[in-house]
Amino acid sequence: MLNRDEDILQAAETWQKQGHGVALATVVETWGSAPRPAGSSLVINDDGTFLGSVSGGCVEGAVVTEALDVIASGQPKMLEFGVADETAWNVGLSCGGTIRVFVEKVG
Amino acid sequence: MKLEILKELNAERAARRPVIIVTDTANGDQRLVKAADIAADPLRAELSKQLRMGKSGNVEVGAKRLFLNVYAPTAKLVIIGAVHISQALAPLARSLDYDVTVVDPRTAFASPERFPDVPLVAEWPDVALPPLNVDHYTAFVAVTHDPKIDDPALLHAFDRECFYIGALGSRKTHAKRAERLRAQGAKDSDIARIHAPIGLDIGAVSPSEIAVAIMAEITAQLRLPPKEKEEAA
Repeated sequence: MLNRDEDILQAAETWQKQGHGVALATVVETWGSAPRPAGSSLVINDDGTFLGSVSGGCVEGAVVTEALDVIASGQPKMLEFGVADETAWNVGLSCGGTIRVFVEKVG
Repeated sequence: MKLEILKELNAERAARRPVIIVTDTANGDQRLVKAADIAADPLRAELSKQLRMGKSGNVEVGAKRLFLNVYAPTAKLVIIGAVHISQALAPLARSLDYDVTVVDPRTAFASPERFPDVPLVAEWPDVALPPLNVDHYTAFVAVTHDPKIDDPALLHAFDRECFYIGALGSRKTHAKRAERLRAQGAKDSDIARIHAPIGLDIGAVSPSEIAVAIMAEITAQLRLPPKEKEEAA
């Protein structure tokens, strides 16, 4: 009930209507002190414009890059970021959490 | 996400109706479940639990792992009475993510000096309430102690099926209020929905403590399953 994460979904619909390729990235699982709860989402269009967040800003760059692939291929992807993964650590969930992010194309 | 699902999701959200999106994260298969359809859904137990908690999460169903993404409307709190308790209640409710509005026709009470940053409506309930779109996702609290203001507001809340209705006053005051409301056409079942005396019984004395008791009672009403709710009451 207390979800304030909302109007980015309206933006996704608008982008789609304007003819953009659009992807939706959603946090589906978290462990440890992840910055954003499951259900938090980020919408991305084919210009690389994005709204919302799946972390406190730490992994958004990597998610946007993957999302552009998903827009091109149409195939959904599961991404995992966290301390267990060297690369993910480099992009910086420095708070010590781990998150899984599901990325899907809209439309 | 299919465009039809996104459109339906946005339409339901705009209408302040809760929705859950069920996604098979292995292959992206997806469906939208409206709150009204949960009772008939094979996942009704899981869906209603997640919705009540307002929390998204994963469930295992057979060999499948499904992500249930809950989209529930932002809860509102309407406070009738710009009194001392409300000065403590409004910021507390906002810290719990409620959209708060305070209604009081008495401009000496409903002043921005007393309520910085809180939307205030200095009108009588019959004028103030209709534009607020009071609905099921609204907690409604009447604390003026003045029947001329509280009574019409409570009648409005009955019609709108607020998930919580509370009114300030002792048992004796409440018994008189019940008589007045009945005389104005309220049903016994409506009157039974009023939490009065307001707030969980935690021995609250100061306005801030009473605010804590009220928000605790609202939280219980929002989050506890129906059976445990009866036991807590």
